[in-house]
Amino acid sequence: MSAGTPKSLPSSGQKSIQEVCHPLSAEEPVLPPSPDGGSTTTTKDLSLPNGNAVDTSSPASSSSLLNRLQLDDDLDGETRDLFVTVDDPKKHVSTMETYITYRVSTKTTRTEFDLPEYSVRRRYQDFDWLRNKLEDSQPTHLIPPLPEKFVMKGVVDRFSEEFVETRRKALDKFLKRVADHPVLSFNEHFNVFLSAKDLNKRQGLALLSKMGESVKYVTGGYKLRLRPVEFAAMGDYLDVFTQKLGTIDRIAQRIIKEQSEYLVELREYGPVYSSWASSEEEALQEPLDGVAGCVANCCSALEEQTEDMSEDFLPVLREYILYIESMKNVLKKRDQVQAEYEAKLEAVAFREDKKTPVPTDVEKCQDRVECFNADLKADWDRWQNNKRQDFRQLLTGMADKNIQYYEKCLAAWESLIPLLQDKQEAKVETN
Amino acid sequence: MKCACATNYNTVRMMADTGSEEIAVIGNTDLTPSELENNIKNTMVEKGTTLLKRMEISVAEAEKRTGKNAVSMQETYTVYLIETRAVDAASEGANPAPDSLWRRYSEFELLRNYLLVTYPFVVVPPLPEKRAEFVWHKLSADNMDPDFVERRRVGLENFLLRVASHPVLSNDNIFYSFLTQEQSWKEVVFETGFQAKADSRLKALNATFRVKNPDKRFAEMKHYGDELQSVISQLLRVRARVADRLYGVYKVHGNYGRVFSEWSAIEKEMGDGLQSAGHHMDAYAASVDDILEEEEHYADQLKEYLFYTEALRAVCRKHELCQFELEMAAQDLTSKKQQREELATGTVRTFSLKGMTSKLFGQETPEQREAKLKTLETQIEDGEEMVKEKNAECEEFVKNAWVDIERFKEQKDRDLKEALISYAIMQISMCKKGIQVWSNAKECFSKM
Repeated sequence: MSAGTPKSLPSSGQKSIQEVCHPLSAEEPVLPPSPDGGSTTTTKDLSLPNGNAVDTSSPASSSSLLNRLQLDDDLDGETRDLFVTVDDPKKHVSTMETYITYRVSTKTTRTEFDLPEYSVRRRYQDFDWLRNKLEDSQPTHLIPPLPEKFVMKGVVDRFSEEFVETRRKALDKFLKRVADHPVLSFNEHFNVFLSAKDLNKRQGLALLSKMGESVKYVTGGYKLRLRPVEFAAMGDYLDVFTQKLGTIDRIAQRIIKEQSEYLVELREYGPVYSSWASSEEEALQEPLDGVAGCVANCCSALEEQTEDMSEDFLPVLREYILYIESMKNVLKKRDQVQAEYEAKLEAVAFREDKKTPVPTDVEKCQDRVECFNADLKADWDRWQNNKRQDFRQLLTGMADKNIQYYEKCLAAWESLIPLLQDKQEAKVETN
Repeated sequence: MKCACATNYNTVRMMADTGSEEIAVIGNTDLTPSELENNIKNTMVEKGTTLLKRMEISVAEAEKRTGKNAVSMQETYTVYLIETRAVDAASEGANPAPDSLWRRYSEFELLRNYLLVTYPFVVVPPLPEKRAEFVWHKLSADNMDPDFVERRRVGLENFLLRVASHPVLSNDNIFYSFLTQEQSWKEVVFETGFQAKADSRLKALNATFRVKNPDKRFAEMKHYGDELQSVISQLLRVRARVADRLYGVYKVHGNYGRVFSEWSAIEKEMGDGLQSAGHHMDAYAASVDDILEEEEHYADQLKEYLFYTEALRAVCRKHELCQFELEMAAQDLTSKKQQREELATGTVRTFSLKGMTSKLFGQETPEQREAKLKTLETQIEDGEEMVKEKNAECEEFVKNAWVDIERFKEQKDRDLKEALISYAIMQISMCKKGIQVWSNAKECFSKM
């Protein structure tokens, strides 16, 4: 923080990180100050002074601690202890409505779960519920996006294979991203989502309210004096990135459109060769029919490639655009938290006469800011890494599809050549 | 299917245009005296192999000229340089400079019209199109466009080579002069008097008449010509649309190049991979220009045969005309013979105005009848001579024309097959290029 911001008041004393409640929890556990003035950045064991193990499944737990302890990007299966899959879509028809459910399968060795395996059925609105809960209970974290909720009836068939499959992939990705997150994966709501037989009943319960459903932010219109450089950089990056993604989406759509129009013409082109062949004698008839066949093969190859672009490429792009939207909101929230802290700090600074200890609510604000910043930074790094992998996969996939398209066409045309040339040579010989 | 020719003129054997052949031109005694005279006047001194075997021919260059035209207006036109060189001179290793002269497109047209009229039984090779048609891109519709001019130069050369390798046409004197005589060639052409024939030919080709007994083969051939014309036109039209769309697909990919470059500016590790991939996308977008330029050659090959169908139809129509004239002559003879019979026997078999008037106004005098009979006899004699002539003409035409049609059919099958093969090769090359570019891009992406 640069000049202009009020100097932060000294804290009331070093507390070990276990004793610090999550700034967003409603609860205020009273804990004695730690005997040692150890730095909050290191800790030896995860236990409260009273000997109880830290309840890591609560949202109020030491998130930043876990972030630092956990190996980032533990991609090797050995360290992963939670596997989630979404598959097997099924249509349900009732008197009231028709909808699709998906099977959510879980395999885990985590003690937070009662069983090592689960298999439940969930519908889109259940995923939506989960995401909202995650956003509410983990506001300092970047929550992965869901595929779009609303689809225009009449424009898109909600029950078509392609739509359902695209959605399934996106939902699968969503749960996997949550499962891979060192904090979000321990979220109680996530646990319930994966394990409860009937989610509807659970949704209503205020089961977790005791654990500290977070308070909705009072966006009291606090004005932020200066955004820290790194968060400003994040915001700038997201702005440019979302713009570029939008452009890429438009280009991809345009390509799909051009390819579709090309396909229309190709579909007319091939048959002309066939009709020509019918008025020719054998010498020309076979080559002409051969060309017609090649063009037909190219048509189906192109059709496949265009479908893949629509079904695999575009949805992932759009998902990221949604992701970035929600990330920008998190950044805004962070700004708000900081602004609130700065405002309160300033208000206190004027009361020079009173030699009262630092008010706890200001301290709380400071902790809030620090925790938020830490969470966000860690999540940002993780997000950047995942983004890199996702786009590497997406773009190599796109290149692959194009290679496959050309390979199919190549095979078709190459198979025609020997057919034509043999006849040519044979004819010359007989002459 | 070779024609079995019985009469006393030499068989024209159909072989490859540039293959060896023992061909004698029409030195045929069954020709009408006038036609024979014509041919002798216009055939070269040397009979035997086609001109192409003895002479190298090329249309080497094209140039723009400006000058005053017939109505004294300034005009810009293109001239083409025709170069010729005797084959034996080159083979001796002397390699002398070729002879050359400049010709306009209109002179080529004149030559072709002359050939059409003089050799009505030949499927005369077509000229390249005067105006660009079936264009896939609006740019190349311009006649002055260098690409169009270049393709036309190639087409004109092709025309000359086709004529020079034709068993009949290559021996024509006027054709030889076209290649070698710079001055006053036009005058020489007009001196042949072909213009007069040209007009009547045109009239006949466009006239509607019904033939009772056409040669089935010609009727089939005419039908085939119509079908071929229709299908090649359609093919060229759709191909142009396909080319247009393909252009669009490739060019849009160029936009990836720009956005990847912009995106790479905000990335750290991903930046290089994105940037290089972007370059490949630019290369991909640019590659379509060459691809489509090459495909124009294929379109030109198809166009040549599209225009050939007109010449084919003309030969079939000429046969119809001959046949029609024969039938008319025969019909006329029959009616005259009938009249004679009626006059001789006094019976009226069929309704005729004369019959009616004679009934109304009474019989003629024996002297009148005698006079009439004599006239009729002469007319019948002439008529029979006419029928014989027409018959011979028809037979002659059928034989010659069918020989050339057979030659044309084999040439067409060969050429179009080659065209299809080269088209397939073009497609293969395009696919390989596509695989290359996307593989390069994929490598860049994988390094992101």
